[in-house]
Amino acid sequence: MKKFSHKTIEKNSGLLLVLSLIVVSIGGIIEIAPLFYLENTIEKVKGMRPYSPLELMGANIYKREGCTLCHSQMIRPFRDEVERYGHYSLAAESMYDHPFVWGSKRTGPDLARVGGRYSDEWHREHLKAPRSLVPESIMPGYPFLMEPLKVYDIKAHLKALRIVGVPYSDEQIENAEVDLKSQSDPDSDGAEDVISRYPKALVRNFDGDLSTLSEMDALIAYLQVLGTLVDFSTYDAKANLR
Amino acid sequence: MTNSNEIDEISGTNTTGHEWDGIRELDTPMPRWWLYTFYITIIWAIGYSILYPAIPLLSGNTKGTLGYSSRGELADSITAAQQGQSQLRAKITASSLQDIKADPQLFSYAKAGGQAAFKVNCVQCHGSGAEGAKGNPNLNDDDWLWGGSLDAIYQTISHGIRFEQDDDTRTSEMPAFGRDEMLEPAQIDQLTTFVMSLAGKEQQDTSSTGAKLFKDNCASCHGDKGAGNRDFGAPSLADQIWLYGADKATIVQSIHNSRNGVMPAWSHRLDELTIKQLAIYVHSLGGGE
Repeated sequence: MKKFSHKTIEKNSGLLLVLSLIVVSIGGIIEIAPLFYLENTIEKVKGMRPYSPLELMGANIYKREGCTLCHSQMIRPFRDEVERYGHYSLAAESMYDHPFVWGSKRTGPDLARVGGRYSDEWHREHLKAPRSLVPESIMPGYPFLMEPLKVYDIKAHLKALRIVGVPYSDEQIENAEVDLKSQSDPDSDGAEDVISRYPKALVRNFDGDLSTLSEMDALIAYLQVLGTLVDFSTYDAKANLR
Repeated sequence: MTNSNEIDEISGTNTTGHEWDGIRELDTPMPRWWLYTFYITIIWAIGYSILYPAIPLLSGNTKGTLGYSSRGELADSITAAQQGQSQLRAKITASSLQDIKADPQLFSYAKAGGQAAFKVNCVQCHGSGAEGAKGNPNLNDDDWLWGGSLDAIYQTISHGIRFEQDDDTRTSEMPAFGRDEMLEPAQIDQLTTFVMSLAGKEQQDTSSTGAKLFKDNCASCHGDKGAGNRDFGAPSLADQIWLYGADKATIVQSIHNSRNGVMPAWSHRLDELTIKQLAIYVHSLGGGE
């Protein structure tokens, strides 16, 4: 039998392809596959929950408008970042994001903990005309966000997310439409249910206009909850050193 | 692959044995320095994998003999930075705001720290020179909505204004006179004219309907002469400082919808020391009382 040699592989493209795939996938399996089963990849935290329907629509607008191209949502564990933005981001904080919006470009500041940092009115005015509040800003204005929020089928949206691993309960899916409308109207019948189904959810009129449920309502509801869900008083930093 | 020991006559190096029309391919060895560098990187990788976290296993990853972690290193760097200033930090934490202000060393340290924290946390609303913006007060002047003493500023920064997630937040609520149909559009118009007269923008007529409307609806918070009341964060209407604008349309809007501006509370985001430093800094900007 002829001795197996490099020459044989180089002259046989099918074999070369198969063997290349094997070599490359070894790298992939060793580096990537463990992240899917290792328990310590995602920290165990209290308080993290799936987005409420209104926050979810806001997250979709955030992605649609490409906010992530200029704003990261990933506070790295460096002193300068922690002193500026707050506690470094945990993997647990983006585990329900599909897709995640960590971003890698900071033309604007990181937004991982922007929740509660500004008033709704500030967000509203700033999104419509950023330079009315921050003269040196280069962010574009988004005045069209005041238009009504278009939602095709929020229940189906939640169901789809459940398939990819976001733990929406049957109750949350069943009430998605009501929750979507109630969260921006504190006087509505369903307002309290939103908070009981989505703890720490903010129920108020985000865009200052009760007559319509606008994209602005959704986006501000999303921005105001960013980074506020995890209860850091119970977070064990020592156990989660990485 | 070398299956020929043939030496090329001109260069003196091996050939690979490939030949095309009498042209033979040289098998020039890689430069030694390159080859040895390559070997060194392999050795480096082995050493690195032993010293640092590297290889994922079934129930976690190798931790490395140095015990390094990026989050641990962060904690160390923060501790080291704080230790360098530990004396001053401890003094500021222990002292009252008044004592900090009276001690030149503490004051300059607190002011510098406050300025840094202001640039990070406050400029987006209050402006990079603390000059304010529409709906966000100028902090350089002595026109304070809720008070300009050290303690009042400290309270405002800690708990915010109308910030519903904080139980100790400052709060008051001006009614939306138009939206909630407490006043007719015509009445708001008359009222606006009178409000503008308080600041000298219109001829004042104390016998007008507007004056009566003001007395009935506004004076309890803004004062009979519109001087304002800090207990409610009710701004003075008799001066030339207008948070949202001094033109008639803006004032009509303010009365129609009310404003009720919100400032977030910072006590759950910044530590005690930083808030003290911020209070000292803001107080020092020009209008401190």
